[in-house]
Amino acid sequence: MLEHDVLIVGAGLAGMRAAVAAHERGANVAVISKVHPVRSHSNAAQGGINAALTDRGDDWTDHAFDTVKGSDYLADQDAIEVMCSEAGDDIISLEHMGVIFNRDEKGHLGTRAFGGQQKARTFFVADFTGQAILHVLYEQLMESKVKVYEEWFVLSLIIEDGECCGVTAIEMATGRVYVIRAKTVIMCTGGVGRLFEPSTNGLIVTGDGMALAYRAGAPLMDMEMIQYHPTTLKGSGVLITEGARGEGAYLLNKSGDRFMEKYAPNMMELASRDVVSRAGQTEINEGRGIDGCVLLDCRHLGEKLIKERLTEILSIGRDFAGIDIIKEPIPIRPGMHYIMGGIKSDIDGKTSIPGLYATGECACVSVHGGNRLGANSLLDTVVFGRRAGHHAAEVSKQMEYKKFDVTSQIKKAEMDLQKLLDRDNVGERWANVRTDLGVEIDKHFGVFRTESGMQSLKESLTGFKARYDNCSVQDKGRIFNTDLIFTLELGYMLDCAEAITLSGIERKESRGAHSRIDYPQRDDDNWLKHVLVTKTAEGPLLTHLPVTITSWEPQERKY
Amino acid sequence: MQVNISIKRHNPSAPDNNTYWEDFDLSMHDTASVLDALIKIREDVDGSLSVRCSCRSAICGSCAMRVNGHAKLACNTKLSDVIDADGRVTVEPAGVMPVIKDLVVDQTLFWDKVKQISPWLQPDGPEPEGEYIAPNSAMMDLAGVMNCIMCGACVSDCTVLEIDKDFIGPAALAKAYRFVNDPRDDQTKSRLIELNEKTGIWDCTRCFECVEVCPKGVAPMERIMSLRESAMEQGLDQTVGARHADAFTDSVAHSGWLNELLLPLKTFGMFNLGAMMGLAPIGLRALLRGKMPSIFHRSVPNVHRIRRIVKKIEENE
Ligand SMILES: Cc1cc2nc3c(=O)[nH]c(=O)nc-3n(C[C@H](O)[C@H](O)[C@H](O)COP(=O)(O)OP(=O)(O)OC[C@H]3O[C@@H](n4cnc5c(N)ncnc54)[C@H](O)[C@@H]3O)c2cc1C
Ligand code: SF4
Ligand code: SF4
Ligand code: FES
Repeated sequence: MLEHDVLIVGAGLAGMRAAVAAHERGANVAVISKVHPVRSHSNAAQGGINAALTDRGDDWTDHAFDTVKGSDYLADQDAIEVMCSEAGDDIISLEHMGVIFNRDEKGHLGTRAFGGQQKARTFFVADFTGQAILHVLYEQLMESKVKVYEEWFVLSLIIEDGECCGVTAIEMATGRVYVIRAKTVIMCTGGVGRLFEPSTNGLIVTGDGMALAYRAGAPLMDMEMIQYHPTTLKGSGVLITEGARGEGAYLLNKSGDRFMEKYAPNMMELASRDVVSRAGQTEINEGRGIDGCVLLDCRHLGEKLIKERLTEILSIGRDFAGIDIIKEPIPIRPGMHYIMGGIKSDIDGKTSIPGLYATGECACVSVHGGNRLGANSLLDTVVFGRRAGHHAAEVSKQMEYKKFDVTSQIKKAEMDLQKLLDRDNVGERWANVRTDLGVEIDKHFGVFRTESGMQSLKESLTGFKARYDNCSVQDKGRIFNTDLIFTLELGYMLDCAEAITLSGIERKESRGAHSRIDYPQRDDDNWLKHVLVTKTAEGPLLTHLPVTITSWEPQERKY
Repeated sequence: MQVNISIKRHNPSAPDNNTYWEDFDLSMHDTASVLDALIKIREDVDGSLSVRCSCRSAICGSCAMRVNGHAKLACNTKLSDVIDADGRVTVEPAGVMPVIKDLVVDQTLFWDKVKQISPWLQPDGPEPEGEYIAPNSAMMDLAGVMNCIMCGACVSDCTVLEIDKDFIGPAALAKAYRFVNDPRDDQTKSRLIELNEKTGIWDCTRCFECVEVCPKGVAPMERIMSLRESAMEQGLDQTVGARHADAFTDSVAHSGWLNELLLPLKTFGMFNLGAMMGLAPIGLRALLRGKMPSIFHRSVPNVHRIRRIVKKIEENE
């Protein structure tokens, strides 16, 4: 019997930080991940990670305020206080583990400017910060000898008497199904980018954890808050990091004007993401774009700076657009990037289901509210990953393993898989359904939204589900059957789509990323609250929770 | 753009004939990558094609495989750069590591080698209150190695690993460089002592293959050369490897150029036939791949004879 005190689902930054923390506290820890840990999508974070270090004349309360304002006052301020006050220590411990942050002339950690913030407080490693941290956390994992179930795909959470006590999973290399028993399970499965077409997210980012928790009865919160990043590459949707604007790059329209002058005269290109995305989309919609795009111009930054600090963008431009960013501006458009919402959890990662935790992008604590600041997500993963790891380890010391019928769990999972494999080959391909769904949701859940658009999406979801139920898996084997895995992932994405759509229709105002043409104003009287969706036997149930306000009363947001 | 992509497939579930080549004719966008073509196949043509991939932007390290015989990341290799005049290109799984299915290889060997070099920071004494103070230049030098995405392209095509699976290999040694040169790490000497052992830094034949195939500019071979220098500086010269370097010096001092054929003799001693035989295929293979041109420019007009010897050895392998 495979069993662990703390079982962590996901090996991105949140998952590995949680694992290191739980191991520190003496728990028997294991990590399970559908890809090798260093392939996790945290890799993609180029720009950096925020923290206000007091010995550098910064103040965490300033960082907290910028985050509150960035969230359009939807984030819970107690959670933001935890994140911002503990950020400094977490950056330093990453450095102690071996992360090679860029330094200043004196050899201290250096910072760069990022959007929506008054101070430069983003720590970075050239422009592969996520990768640099991810690999160091994996080094720590190797040192700790924590068990990693590599390329194991989680199929379900096991809930017994209302408590989470393990998972069922398929070992991809053999196709065998296992039960892993655990006293506590921490979901760290990342976002749901692939539900949108195009998206900056990798192909593995499919909302599995959110759907697994949703199916198990945990509420999903703020799911309508989808971040469109202002600068994604024309066509492929590859991300051009905010670090570029942090270093001083301009946004230009067709006539070569820096259009942000109109929308955010003070912060210009470095206003909050939702603000910049709306500005860019408005320029495009009103005919001042070029071929559905606006331009990001790095030319004036000079070859030296670009080669030293923006190497990744230099190669992305070259490899994916055939453009030399030293000499030409890059055509970009707002594109789906991040989900602020997720499994409702608290500052220790606890969800509404005992034994089940969630942190990282799959969770909603909530520290990002209606709009996440750049470089606050990596911070979210390490602060709350650590806290969840510690909490789960301590709690599991006082717990026994719960007994449940392991054989019947395995049998049921096996049967479900076999049913999928046994479908004859006449059905539609998962890929078709996913692409159509992605295009549809991008159309109605993009930068601007309307009641009629969201309603028509809701209706079409029924059709998509029917098409899904008719999909056939062409690979009938068991060994490394990715066709099967992708089909299962599409099922997860459809659950996320349901929660996103219902939450979007529910919130009748414009706040953060949720910009409604039919309700253009923020409405604090009625909507200063979270929207939650819970799966019940009678169908999805919508409820609300108040926003926690500590020091910062809602104000009008200007940049 | 019309392409014909020839894929070396492996179906572990089939009873026999389970490794075979299969051709696919596709119509692709001019800027499409090899990975785009593979994705198109598995999405629209044959869902049973297995390939690892996620980021599509050369950052997750999932998609290393051989394209036209050389290791590459499928996602940052443009089809237009690799197809021949008839639009043909071949794709096979990465080398050195065993195949699980189609283009998916078992990377256990890769990670075992990384684990072998104790790849975690080992500083001295208690941690400082704040960060370690270190010059930015040192950190940015390490960034060149931290850039490694652990894709295994170098391991796939390393000429030594191909025949000697004990060699620590390019990726793990590049990772070792990162710790040896990290000003915060306190185990420099003990790390070098281990790297100086058999299967370590001296086993590399400097064939350049890893430098050529690395998609991230890590240049493992150059890191290995730098580690050799560090080892010599630490006075670690009583090993096979360091004797090899001494022989190198002798050779250059004697003739003004490098006589690589004599090097192994001096390194292992005249009578260590086993080691000599072990080395032969490496040197010869490197020769065949055009990696050792300078040695023969004057003294060996009859290259064809050497080619014949190579063929003999390969036939006997
Ligand atoms: C292009 C890009 C750039 C970004 N830049 C920045 C930045 O500069 N700064 C910043 O703060 N944030 C940035 N972000 C956001 C940030 O990278 C992510 O929000 C964060 O890394 C998410 O980390 P995570 O640990 O929650 O999830 P991930 O890193 O996505 O990890 C998810 C893990 O869950 C596992 N998993 C998922 N489903 C299953 C399953 N069914 N079974 C088993 N395992 C499973 C996966 O294998 C993976 O290991 C960026 C995001 C993108 C896409
Ligand atoms: S240079 Fe050395 S490490 Fe690199 S491929 Fe050749 S033998 Fe292997
Ligand atoms: S050194 Fe280069 S080729 Fe080798 S694993 Fe790292 S990135 Fe890949
Ligand atoms: S798909 Fe990530 S490196 Fe190629």
